[in-house]
Amino acid sequence: MKAETKRSKKKESIIKAALTLFSLNGFHKTTIPDIARRIGMSTGNIYNYFASKDILAQEIIKYTSEVLGTEIRKINQQKTLSTHEKIHKIVEVYFTMATKKPEMIEYFLRVYLSHREVFVGECDKMICVAGFITEIMIFFADGVECGDLRDQDFFSAFGLFMGYLGGMAFLNGEAILPRALEDYIDDIAYNIYNALKT
Amino acid sequence: MARSTKLKILWLQSITCNGNTHSFFSHPNFMTLMQKFEVIYHPILDSKYSLDNVINKKLTCDILVLEGAFRETGMQKADREIYEIAKSYAKKAKHVITVGNCSTFGGVFRLYDPESIGGFCFNDETPNEAYKLFKRKLISLPGCPAHPRWIGNLLSMILSQRQILLDNFHRPIEVYGYSAHAGCPRNEYFEWKVDSKNYGHKEGCLFYEYGCQAPYTHANCNKILWNEVSSKTRVGTPCFGCTEPYFPKKDLWHTNTLMGIPATMPMDVPRRAYLTITGIAKSFSIKRLNEPIIKYKK
Repeated sequence: MKAETKRSKKKESIIKAALTLFSLNGFHKTTIPDIARRIGMSTGNIYNYFASKDILAQEIIKYTSEVLGTEIRKINQQKTLSTHEKIHKIVEVYFTMATKKPEMIEYFLRVYLSHREVFVGECDKMICVAGFITEIMIFFADGVECGDLRDQDFFSAFGLFMGYLGGMAFLNGEAILPRALEDYIDDIAYNIYNALKT
Repeated sequence: MARSTKLKILWLQSITCNGNTHSFFSHPNFMTLMQKFEVIYHPILDSKYSLDNVINKKLTCDILVLEGAFRETGMQKADREIYEIAKSYAKKAKHVITVGNCSTFGGVFRLYDPESIGGFCFNDETPNEAYKLFKRKLISLPGCPAHPRWIGNLLSMILSQRQILLDNFHRPIEVYGYSAHAGCPRNEYFEWKVDSKNYGHKEGCLFYEYGCQAPYTHANCNKILWNEVSSKTRVGTPCFGCTEPYFPKKDLWHTNTLMGIPATMPMDVPRRAYLTITGIAKSFSIKRLNEPIIKYKK
């Protein structure tokens, strides 16, 4: 294995371990030694990959954003899907992730949104979630272009869509929902489409 | 008297506002340039023959310049359809130059009746019947109007027998190989996504709000400038995309958006690439670019 590939695989394993611990135990309660112990690495060696806990936190949000963005990109590229079908698939991707890899969504809700002081400088505003935001922008633009969605300010549509999904994932994480998250996919996709359609 | 060996120019007008003629008159070396040709007819310049002569005599010309939009019937001069006269001279000429957007694509006049009015060889971007006949000798100089130096340089290139490379609409690449965005002094604002606050301001980019089409318009306006000094975008007016087949678009002063995203991307830039870069650029606020360039003392 080339040195560069080995290094990037190691980085990814640190990111995945940190993602789980940050989501489970919280950002402040998780230490670099905790992360090192989880993957059997020395604390000092972690710093060879990430100069600080804040930088690691920034890399994690970029990573989760890219993972989610890649899934939405696949949906955007399916040109035969109607906008309603695309919404359905996006909701499905999001809720499947919230169920099967809850740390990905938990991290966004409980670390990224709750510790804004960490995500500054090179992670200011929406830079570190650009991978995900870009795909949502493309989804909206395609929807307006084909006449399915009403043209409006991006954030008014974005807030309705992602705020709704985030809220449901949060309720699911708190074990408040009476039914499994996937049981809500049809209704929620229907609601979002009706709220945004022309 | 010795017979003239100069190349003969015949300039015919159809449905036109005269804009290209007047633009050409602003060429800094107009007189010197035109002395190298024999103008057998021009509707405004003193020329050897009258319009009646053009219509009724079988004159010869090397370069046929067409100005204005065309319709097959209903635009007559001296009781003859100007379209038929243009076609008959186009058959004999060595070069057919459509000068201005109207004669090239149909332009403003095409909006009045798109069914019957178009360019000489294109209706918007679609080649028409005349295209089949004249494509080998056709050179398009769209613009509203065409820049005087585009006309002058083309005539000089023909005179000196230079190779004239053309794009898919037969526009000389020497002129239309550039985007109107190239050379715009607002590029720094475009890079960092700083909008202009209004027309006529020194600061800001006009692409996001005010309808500027320069990033997807083929022209070298911001390279060679107008009247040697300025351009639309330099003075704070959006580029209207007048060299393109879809000119004039509706809402010239407004950028069409799809949920906040410009509906038309800069030339050859994929939307995903554009949005990725834009998202990052917008996240930074460059203080200098958000302040007036000149802070006048009150």
